[in-house]
Amino acid sequence: MRDETRFEITVTVNGAARRLRVPARRLLSDCLRHDLGLTGTHVGCEHGVCGCCTVLLDGRPVRSCLTFAVTVDGSKITTVEGLAPGDGRLSPVQRAFAECHGLQCGFCTPGFLCTVTALLADNPAPTEDEVLEGISGNLCRCTGYQNIVKAVHRAAELRAEES
Amino acid sequence: MKPPPFAYHAPRDLGEALRTLAEVRGKVLAGGQSLIPMLNMRLAEPSDLVDINRVAGLDRLERTADGVVVGATVRHADAERARAHPLLTRALKLVAHPVIRNRGTVVGSLAHADPAAELPAVLAVLGGHVRVARWDGGVAVRDVPAAGFFAGPMEPAIEPGELAVSAFFPALRPGTGSAFLEIARRHGDYALAGVCAVVTVDDGRVATARAACIGVGPVPVVVDVGPACTGRPPGEADWAGAAALVREAAEPEDDIHATAAYRGHLVGVLAERALRDAAREGAAARAG
Ligand SMILES: Cc1cc2nc3c(=O)[nH]c(=O)nc-3n(C[C@H](O)[C@H](O)[C@H](O)COP(=O)(O)OP(=O)(O)OC[C@H]3O[C@@H](n4cnc5c(N)ncnc54)[C@H](O)[C@@H]3O)c2cc1C
Ligand code: FES
Ligand code: FES
Repeated sequence: MRDETRFEITVTVNGAARRLRVPARRLLSDCLRHDLGLTGTHVGCEHGVCGCCTVLLDGRPVRSCLTFAVTVDGSKITTVEGLAPGDGRLSPVQRAFAECHGLQCGFCTPGFLCTVTALLADNPAPTEDEVLEGISGNLCRCTGYQNIVKAVHRAAELRAEES
Repeated sequence: MKPPPFAYHAPRDLGEALRTLAEVRGKVLAGGQSLIPMLNMRLAEPSDLVDINRVAGLDRLERTADGVVVGATVRHADAERARAHPLLTRALKLVAHPVIRNRGTVVGSLAHADPAAELPAVLAVLGGHVRVARWDGGVAVRDVPAAGFFAGPMEPAIEPGELAVSAFFPALRPGTGSAFLEIARRHGDYALAGVCAVVTVDDGRVATARAACIGVGPVPVVVDVGPACTGRPPGEADWAGAAALVREAAEPEDDIHATAAYRGHLVGVLAERALRDAAREGAAARAG
């Protein structure tokens, strides 16, 4: 065995500061799922292609399977578990996905929800092309994408109504 | 799959980064969007990783009259938002997906030197350079011109112990237009073939025209197509002849994604379109 030094990191995950010790090679996806028990973040391919593991790192969507936990020491992370406002209601993006049937098996959903949350924060009223470009890095094997695209537009409406 | 174990170093300044690299000869970790997939798939097993993300001063993007200097930790997404160079901005939109671009770096794409990657072709067609540093009792730098930087597929001219600290993309001269066109099987995938073109129009006539192709050779294939099209107004220049020069220079190969013949065909079609688009933009820029 080679040297597996552990590094102490502090990350704010869904608003709570968490301190943990991780080996350098711990992927952020595994850190969230195994070390913190946040299994909402899904792992599909582990090489950046499927988008299931997408989380928000300091507000920006990133692939947690292509990020080492040790490199995000001091950052804020939002996972699918942290998208709802916390009053028992779902976020506009989550409600739009439910309303428009933007999911079937749900495996891809956490990645889509995080990606779309960031997309709309950046661009509150995206065009059809901007929506397609925005979700182009997330694969869904069930829905055929049509209802996901509808859900993104619906989420934009819900956000606008509620702001 | 999971990455193999490695010793991790996170230097805070350039000197420390270079001393660490000189000592351990490890791999540089920038955005990780190519390196981590390779580690996850166990295609690479470096003993040491030197994470440059916390090195002060590498995250600067500077625009001068001569061009744009992009530091080693400037992310694709930030370079895209800065809109500092029209051809670079265009090319960045073709690199992977927006989420990958939030982590990937411009200099990392150059250092990775994938023959199908967009940014090496941009550096090559513009005649830019990469600034490489190493520790020699102090910080010693050298500038490697694009023509010598891409030595082979995934083989940048960076010696063990060296770090690419920035890349310089020369500004387009007045009256110059650019274009980047590519064909990929799926949106966001590496392209089967692609062409970027830079055309300067002077006094209503084509003065210079260059193209660089991706996916059709071990490194970006740069072609000066001036002999086929200079001296004529953009609307009358022999763009088909120029595209033929590009096709001749390309060295496509078969792989599971496409045949060599198909790639050769694509590169000709894309070259003609890209050169026309660039010429039109150059003429408009001159008129405007
Ligand atoms: C799903 C997916 C799709 C993709 N599609 C495309 C595409 O269409 N086009 C494209 O061009 N790329 C594509 N990529 C690849 C990727 O975007 C880039 O190659 C990558 O972002 C490179 O930058 P990085 O900072 O992430 O480099 P890293 O992954 O950190 O490093 C890549 C290599 O370069 C070396 N390196 C990095 N920085 C330096 C430095 N400053 N000095 C010395 N060596 C250095 C590393 O040691 C490593 O060998 C894709 C990736 C994924 C996951
Ligand atoms: S698991 Fe990260 S992109 Fe597929
Ligand atoms: S809902 Fe099943 S993969 Fe998208």
